[in-house]
Amino acid sequence: MSNAAVLEPTRQESAASTKIAVNLPEHIVEVISDSGEGAQRCGQSLGGIAARSGNGIWTVEIIPAEIQPPARSVAGASGIRIRIGSQRVTNGGDETDLVVAFNEQVLLGRVRAGELKPGATILLESTWREHRDPVIVKSYTETVDALVKSGYRVIEVPLERECRALMADARRGKNMFVLGMLCNIYSFDPALAREQVALTFGKKDQKVIDSNLRLLDAGFAWGEANLDFKYCIPAQRAAVPQIVVNGNTAIALGVVASGMDICAMYPITPATSASHYLSDIFERVGGLVHQAEDEIAACAFAIGASYAGRCAVTITSGPGYSLKQEGLGLAVMAEIPLVVVNVQRGGPSTGQPTKVEQGDLLTSIFGSHGDAPKVVMAVSSIEDCFYSMITARKIAETFNTVVIVLSDASLATAQQPFPRPNFSDEWLAPPVDQTPVPEGAKPYDWDAVTGIARRFIPGQPGGMHTITGLAHDRASKVAYDPASNEEGLRMRSLKMAALQKTLKTPPVHGEPEGDLLVVGWGSTQGVIEEAVDRLRAEGLKVSSLHLRYLHPMPSGIREILQRFGKVMTIEGNWSDRKEDELIDEDNRRYAALAMMLRARFLVDVDCWSEARGQPIKPGNVAEVLRAKLNERQ
Amino acid sequence: MDMRIPVSQCLIRLHEEKHDLEDYQGGVPRWCSGCGDNAILAAVQRLCRDEDLAPERTVFVSGIGCSSRFPHYMKTYGFHGIHGRAFPLAEGVKMARPDLNVFVNTGDGDCCSIGAAHWIHAIRYNMNLTVILHDNQVYGLTKKQASPTSPIGMKSNTTPRGSVLEALNPLTVTLGVQNASFVAQGVDWIPELLYDIISKAFKHKGFSFVRIIQRCPEWLPKMFEPWLHDPGKTLLLTHDKGLQPSADLGRIYKNQREHDPLNIHQAREIASTTDPIPVGILYHNPDVPCYEELRHAGGPRTPEAIRAGLEAELDKFTIWPDEKLAQAA
Repeated sequence: MSNAAVLEPTRQESAASTKIAVNLPEHIVEVISDSGEGAQRCGQSLGGIAARSGNGIWTVEIIPAEIQPPARSVAGASGIRIRIGSQRVTNGGDETDLVVAFNEQVLLGRVRAGELKPGATILLESTWREHRDPVIVKSYTETVDALVKSGYRVIEVPLERECRALMADARRGKNMFVLGMLCNIYSFDPALAREQVALTFGKKDQKVIDSNLRLLDAGFAWGEANLDFKYCIPAQRAAVPQIVVNGNTAIALGVVASGMDICAMYPITPATSASHYLSDIFERVGGLVHQAEDEIAACAFAIGASYAGRCAVTITSGPGYSLKQEGLGLAVMAEIPLVVVNVQRGGPSTGQPTKVEQGDLLTSIFGSHGDAPKVVMAVSSIEDCFYSMITARKIAETFNTVVIVLSDASLATAQQPFPRPNFSDEWLAPPVDQTPVPEGAKPYDWDAVTGIARRFIPGQPGGMHTITGLAHDRASKVAYDPASNEEGLRMRSLKMAALQKTLKTPPVHGEPEGDLLVVGWGSTQGVIEEAVDRLRAEGLKVSSLHLRYLHPMPSGIREILQRFGKVMTIEGNWSDRKEDELIDEDNRRYAALAMMLRARFLVDVDCWSEARGQPIKPGNVAEVLRAKLNERQ
Repeated sequence: MDMRIPVSQCLIRLHEEKHDLEDYQGGVPRWCSGCGDNAILAAVQRLCRDEDLAPERTVFVSGIGCSSRFPHYMKTYGFHGIHGRAFPLAEGVKMARPDLNVFVNTGDGDCCSIGAAHWIHAIRYNMNLTVILHDNQVYGLTKKQASPTSPIGMKSNTTPRGSVLEALNPLTVTLGVQNASFVAQGVDWIPELLYDIISKAFKHKGFSFVRIIQRCPEWLPKMFEPWLHDPGKTLLLTHDKGLQPSADLGRIYKNQREHDPLNIHQAREIASTTDPIPVGILYHNPDVPCYEELRHAGGPRTPEAIRAGLEAELDKFTIWPDEKLAQAA
């Protein structure tokens, strides 16, 4: 199929008719540049075009820690990976098949990180070859030579030269030229590509859109005329409308859909983009985002708002989550509903702000002093980010409790299509209760079985009482007597059991019994299931279980664990390495979920975890599982 | 149906619906006898009665400390929060429910030390809150430690040889922050003025900051003796837009100064005086916008609006199927 007819090649004659697109089940593409050169926008647009074509996609943003890292530096690599498949794609995959790099230094960042497949195709900006600084020329030519020697297929592309013909500031136009070139390589419909570009620049004026469309067309034509290969990843367009957003946008949309009114937050990477988007849209539906003076205040503000009406939400990441602990304890003690989103990043302390880690599970379950039971759930896909906000709000208000929703830096920026939600009024909270409180009713009239009490909201006649973080009795009076203290502890704990009784046993991915069960939580679901599928295709008896509710955990897990010869967790956090000299079974610190499962189910659950700040690769997981299967018990 | 109600009936109802002091009296205060908190409680309960505040539409929010027990002694809604966080808790309440009367009770440790960051920003937000800083210049509940407002040289359990730092002045701090709109000072031992000040604070729409210098008979029994014995050591601020003390009071407190509460420069000058203690309205600017109004809090919210807003956003991110496919589905 030739698309050349609808485009006007800039220079070369079209050679399209001689090219045949090679069919592929999937491909991993990266676009890497200095910060500010628009690689991410290019990749997001490519993802959008692929999704529009019906392909499965998963995008992974490659974000340097600084806003303006030095140009042409290995550590400054900024860009995006797009995994495009014929079927639904659930994770970023293994190594990259094809990379477009705007300079050799940022490319080296990816090569050294082991992110490129052996023999991968590299499309490299060639302008550096003619640079007036001989040091740069030397660096460039030596790198190209070394890459070729290492077996990579290096294709030099005169991006700057081609773009300069179309745009005064060529540096700012390269990304759309590259998008056109990639659309040509992957045989995407140019009409879809043009639509996507118009959408990407929708807020800008027509001149901007037109100039980007010219760059897109030129890139497409250049690819057609100059590249001797072409791929096609067959796709079928979905029969139902699909939404393409990243995890943080899905969280913000979920907040709106949940009927929550108030989001209090303090800026923190990688959570803030959810609040950015929410700030943009929330007021149109009567909500508002309050940027508080600090994380503590954001939490307290949300608690105050929840107390006075409907459940509020605060969105943060690790360091902010630590600061909120006293507030969470108060909400637990006073039984005020609250939704807390923790978009996890590398820790401890300031850690790795832009990198993924699943390091906050235990602090979420056990955080805040004393016995402070909270609900902890983890999202595992972009769609899940949306619906979990609705569920979290409902749980918080039904049980007058704190619900922690754990996302992470990888879901925050990853894009994956999911069916467009059909709004239901049932997602929303009921109006704030302002009816008189029945005579004799107490603010903590705990149900003896479930521990749930109906809370009184300011404005309700007859319900006046003072809530407190101090130990209190059913009348909310400060009570230091042993019986009252234990009654409060028991009731707050019972609510967890009451919720637990409503949770469904999670489904096993694969056969219900076998040699090895892998248990995971959060963003690793796609990775784990892909690894399991690969091994199952080889006939190995491996299955997996993914937990959405970490605290409380649903019933039925024990029985599942018992049906497998071995059980291990795969997690994105730290666990001691068995090969370290001092590590033995008496001191080994297990990964968070493994520790929880061992404690609760008395099953010898092993774990493999890594905290490299990168999404875990399915290929690595498959190897770990293979080794575990071969391990003698 | 005849909706008319005889005038006599109306008067009876009016009488019935008026609240009495008892309607605001919660638990029996557990403060020490002679504690200044008692005087503040009496003044506030009187204010509630005089303003006939609906107890169910009134919320007292506090932090931690002796002062922060305050909500327990009111028969309204109350939120006894955590140390230093009374301001953000109260802001959340007010933002969610601008229709409620929201008071904040905080102490010198709660407000000026652990909660100082929130205090600064609360002034700037200028939400419609009536804030009472119970300033006894010592940590009472934890048993006599120096607080930020303790005078230099004060001996306490953490400053056994006398505190070495100059005291923080809550009035000058508040008046130094952008958007300050109401700043007043009272003392627990002049109940008449205490009431007048709290009443003016309540009627101000915005962040009304009232610092009340109060005695702690347990830990600092003699701290304010010189002021109690010598009325000349108290400077009454008077103005037709501020306080107008009664003639009786004027005969005792002769040290008076006419001060226009709109004059912030003079307010700052007066605020920096600690002896004599200025009592009255230092600053009052009714025209500073409230954050909750700037943010349009409390507006109507309907499922229809949420649906429409959400659908419009989803439209931006939707990939529509081919019509043929959709029909087949």
